[in-house]
Amino acid sequence: MKSYLLPEFVIDRDDFRCIRCEVCVRQCANDVHWYDEEDDACYLDETKCVGCQRCATLCPTSALTVRRNPASNPDNANWTMDVLMNIYKQAETGGVLLTGMGCDRDYPIYWDRMVLDASQVTNPSIDPLREPMELRTYLGAKPDALEIKGEGANQRVKTRMAPQLKLEIPVMFSAISYGAVSFNTCESLARAATEAGTYWNTGEGGLHSKLYKYKDHTICQVASGRFGVHADYLEAAAALEIKIGQGAKPGIGGHLPGEKVSAEISRTRMIPKGTDALSPAPHHDIYSIEDLSQLIYALKEASHWVKPVSVKIAAVHNSAAIASGIVRAGADIVVLDGIRGGTGAAPTMIRDNVGIPIELALAAADTRLRAEGIRNRASVVVAGGIRSSADVVKAIALGADACYIGTAALVGMGCHVCQKCYTGKCNWGIATQDPYLAKRLNPDIGARRLTNLLRGWSHEIQEMLGGMGINAIESLRGNRQRLRGVGLSREELDILGIKHAGE
Amino acid sequence: MLRGVRFPDDKDFSGCSIFGMMNVKGDIFTGEPLIRAIANMKERSNGLGGGFAGYGIYPDMADLFCFHMMYDDDGARQQVEEYLASNFSVEGAEIIPTRPCEGVADPPLLWRYFLDPRPGLVPEESGVDDFVVRVVMHINASMDGAFVFSSGKNMGVFKGVGYPEDIGTFFQVDEYPGYIWVAHGRFPTNTQGWWGGAHPFNILDWSVVHNGEISSYGINRRYLEMYGYNCTLQTDTEVLAYAVDLLIRRHGLSIEEMSLVLAAPLWTDIEREKPPRRELLTALRQTYGSLLMNGPFSIIVANLNQMIGLTDRIRLRPLVAGESGPIRYISSEEAPMHLIDDGVTKTWIPRGGEPIVAELETRAKGKAAAGVKAAKTCMEEVGIS
Ligand code: SF4
Ligand code: SF4
Ligand code: SF4
Repeated sequence: MKSYLLPEFVIDRDDFRCIRCEVCVRQCANDVHWYDEEDDACYLDETKCVGCQRCATLCPTSALTVRRNPASNPDNANWTMDVLMNIYKQAETGGVLLTGMGCDRDYPIYWDRMVLDASQVTNPSIDPLREPMELRTYLGAKPDALEIKGEGANQRVKTRMAPQLKLEIPVMFSAISYGAVSFNTCESLARAATEAGTYWNTGEGGLHSKLYKYKDHTICQVASGRFGVHADYLEAAAALEIKIGQGAKPGIGGHLPGEKVSAEISRTRMIPKGTDALSPAPHHDIYSIEDLSQLIYALKEASHWVKPVSVKIAAVHNSAAIASGIVRAGADIVVLDGIRGGTGAAPTMIRDNVGIPIELALAAADTRLRAEGIRNRASVVVAGGIRSSADVVKAIALGADACYIGTAALVGMGCHVCQKCYTGKCNWGIATQDPYLAKRLNPDIGARRLTNLLRGWSHEIQEMLGGMGINAIESLRGNRQRLRGVGLSREELDILGIKHAGE
Repeated sequence: MLRGVRFPDDKDFSGCSIFGMMNVKGDIFTGEPLIRAIANMKERSNGLGGGFAGYGIYPDMADLFCFHMMYDDDGARQQVEEYLASNFSVEGAEIIPTRPCEGVADPPLLWRYFLDPRPGLVPEESGVDDFVVRVVMHINASMDGAFVFSSGKNMGVFKGVGYPEDIGTFFQVDEYPGYIWVAHGRFPTNTQGWWGGAHPFNILDWSVVHNGEISSYGINRRYLEMYGYNCTLQTDTEVLAYAVDLLIRRHGLSIEEMSLVLAAPLWTDIEREKPPRRELLTALRQTYGSLLMNGPFSIIVANLNQMIGLTDRIRLRPLVAGESGPIRYISSEEAPMHLIDDGVTKTWIPRGGEPIVAELETRAKGKAAAGVKAAKTCMEEVGIS
């Protein structure tokens, strides 16, 4: 059948600059470029291009420009080229549209409609280069009151404190599974988390034994497929996370195609080589909140009550009430993952149409937990579309204890958000198991890029805190007075619990 | 609630003056030296608020709650008096004596009442203090044109719009003998003078005077709301008073532990401590991080037995302590102590977050009502109206 698809991208090669070095030919795993020796010329097949910018970034003479195909049908707000292309694709294959990364639709990004406060005259701003500025955060259940016994030097805490995770910056790396991404990606994340004093998350793909040494900074996930969950795995974690849902695909499971299940992945996930790894949509032992509670306590028991247990859900319409249920079910940490959260593979329609923006889910959950008087009992972590230190600061002011970053971390290592992770041909060596591609990401460099990123963000967070006259992050957490909305409706402001700028 | 122009977020964006003086032997002196002391720090106030609190000033009525009231008009007074009579046996009711003073204009009607709660009305489980708090909160939140600005036993607050020395003269604080006096001069930048907004802030026998702006106000307030405190006045000072009440009365922390919450040590300092202490400090900060008062403040908190001074942990507002025989001073500046007392032998500047505590050598000047219980008593479930 003749395909009616037009290339998504067009590539301009400046032939005057091109030195025929063939870097582009070798770098593009999609075989877009090739060199013809006889003609001494480079040629292109743009239909295969995914716009990952690898060739353009590495071309030594900057001869390449990769851009969206400007071709257009007659202007139509309803029937855009994207819509048409999707329909052609399905008419040709009869399949479900697949995509990667997070929702790319134009829903309001509330981070960009909120602005931060700063001190002027009446209280001094604080210069973080001269004064202490504390970002340390502890995640885990806190008691409602502290009982202390004894006097003077014999004073002791009588209240039993729940286990805590200690973060030197309130940013962790989101769950990204080995299998969806390369081993080098996981190693880069693990090393950077260790160096920066924060945590990375195994996702649902188990933990390669070579990474056990980073266990003090590892959060191990237990998902519906239970891949790679065994005694050593639980031991090799600082905290355990039950994954109920994911912002990119709320309500549905996961699917790692058999061709990605290499020998190493098969060992790590404990499934036969070459078989599909299917994560069911629900946990088949969790059909209610009581069942969740049982799993929470089973994991606490199995890990000797020394590790916080976290529960991650996708942000959906009533996630505030669900969050409350999760806290009451005994979770130490609740993770909310918003509609813009990333994934290795998801049906496009699900990714783009199911779930709610994380800002609203966070505000509603924090408000709800406070109204019920149980906000102390668990920490709240948010994920899904955190792009910068400013987003982190705003999330904390809205009420989060910490943020997870996934896409931002991958971008730090080179990802260009081409959204084709599910093809396994990531030219940046991230979402791939092809050894030729995977070695493009050197874990020494990956880890350094990530630590640099976190260092940059932590300086920026300190500057913003200092500007507000605050020298400890806990004084910003839930301090919505320091936020104002810009161009938001009364309803949006009410849900976010903030005032409009000028108020 | 007293009428008048008020803005939401009536925060104290101010560099106010605070001054406290206590005789730890319990011997009495009038508020007169305080008038001179606070006048000496005139630069620190702008004529939009001043006030005093004296302890031990009603020795003959020491067993009765004394309500100081502001009214917008006689109608409000009658309404409140009916309400009071239905909840208390009213043992005394009088206009608070004042003398005309040039700097004080348009005062509300000022009355005081000596009250004994009607026994049948006090619920057994919560006790008399909570009952009184409910009454105070009800009047302040729901009764038009009325405001309770003092509700303790054997103590009283005198405050209003004007320079503090004028307010002191107006209320004749130089004629009341007491063993603790605190004073406050205010420099609000965002409020027109509202009589209820002056310091000290009082509930039962706790009073707080405060200099500074609390940058963490938003979260302090939301945290306290979880424990039933409804911050109706929306001032930083109110948040401080509730935090003190929660930590000391309801959670049973000591004053030192309370200051470790309000002005928590840095993590690097906590790590330098030996294990049991390190664990204590870590647990305090983990548990009560939302009550860390961030931003510049210095406060004096007083009750029938104690006068406590505290600054924020990096000491962005001044506080000086002094001693002269049995007299203890806490002040924004040192000069006023020397102005009123030639015998000040020792003065020192506490470190950020380090509390200064002056305590009665023999407790219970306030007789039956005093003692630890009353001192630790404040308000509960402030959210009621
Ligand atoms: S990488 Fe650049 S210079 Fe090299 S062949 Fe390709 S276009 Fe030409
Ligand atoms: S897929 Fe990437 S590397 Fe290949 S041509 Fe397109 S932009 Fe270049
Ligand atoms: S990880 Fe690779 S495939 Fe996925 S979006 Fe990024 S660059 Fe594209």
